[in-house]
Amino acid sequence: MKKGIMRPGHVQIRVLDIDEALEHYCGLLGLIEMDRDDQGRVYLKAWTEVDKYSVILTLADDPGMDFMGFKVTDETSLEKLHRDLLDHGVNVDVIPENELVDCGRRLRFISPSGHTFELYVDKKYTGKWGIEELNPEAWPRGLRGMRVQRFDHCLLYGDELDTTLDLFVNVLGFYLTEQVLDDDNSRIAQFLSLSNKAHDIAFIAHPEKGRFHHASFHLETWEDILRAADLISMTNTAIDIGPTRHGLTHGKTIYFFDPSGNRNEVFCGGDYSYPDHPPITWKSDQLGKAIFYHDREINERFLTVLT
Amino acid sequence: MSINYTIHDSYSGAVINCTSEQNVLSAISLDGRCNVLVGCRGGGCGKCRIDVLDGQFECGKMSRRHAPEEAINKGKVLACRLYPRSDLIINTAPDIGK
Repeated sequence: MKKGIMRPGHVQIRVLDIDEALEHYCGLLGLIEMDRDDQGRVYLKAWTEVDKYSVILTLADDPGMDFMGFKVTDETSLEKLHRDLLDHGVNVDVIPENELVDCGRRLRFISPSGHTFELYVDKKYTGKWGIEELNPEAWPRGLRGMRVQRFDHCLLYGDELDTTLDLFVNVLGFYLTEQVLDDDNSRIAQFLSLSNKAHDIAFIAHPEKGRFHHASFHLETWEDILRAADLISMTNTAIDIGPTRHGLTHGKTIYFFDPSGNRNEVFCGGDYSYPDHPPITWKSDQLGKAIFYHDREINERFLTVLT
Repeated sequence: MSINYTIHDSYSGAVINCTSEQNVLSAISLDGRCNVLVGCRGGGCGKCRIDVLDGQFECGKMSRRHAPEEAINKGKVLACRLYPRSDLIINTAPDIGK
């Protein structure tokens, strides 16, 4: 957070059918619908999040991720980030306030990996959903499905990992928590954090720019992961893999797909990090174990199915 | 009402039953003889693209990136979103641009 970027704030996901997507993201994951706009976009939040929304669904004829936004602590930091991006040779578009409902001015740029990111300071504070501010109960009743706690991170596939790392570390103030190196010590995966989390954003090397691997949502316990897997079966939702554990981050996980083919993850636990921790390194000859710690085999679908 | 059709894969020679309510991927991936990859199962990733050589069909929503209109008209569709409306002859050969 050394440059003032605090945390992931939102992700806009393209879907082929809004009603099917809402049944998935609200009925199955347990996000809560908060608003809609005149473009037909639907704004969702997870119950522990304090701002109004974190997931925006938009109708499109090609699924994937439009952009991921990070919240910045204050306007002075945002202005400094704007100058630093321009000095780094990055084009920045300024999106006016309320283009996303109840969100302030956003700075938008494209990473060398081909993904669109945004930085913003203000979004309407609505507090955690369903519990009081004072003397809060442990959790709200009335949540649906998996009852996910928060939008946590995205994993993105693209090229130019080195220049993307340079941008995220030296301009945006992230730090590298974990990496996978191939036989030539080229980095083929990089996990970056702003916080104590094992990752706030991750990239895996891929020849095409701008591809979306998954958006991940946090659950509290392994029991919650098992319950999520039960719900995936009950709803006949397309599963990718799990429940299992990752080697990378050591998080416990399950992967599945939304009705438009975008991959989701729910996960719990795993490693913590501080900026003084050296990056954890995996070698690509152990990639199977790095990705799926129990199977210890590379799953082609995990590596190649993208939106 | 569900109607039974047969799917003939010219690549493997497999002949597989599929109902009008069932997507073709779910039928042919269970059989194992067809050369089809199971990806997202939501019309998004393009892994299950096959050729329909003959027969009537309907398709659910598919990513335009992987199934543009002109490809659909030539029968190049995603099996996860393909529903038969007659018996079908398909081709699951690996060289059709998956």
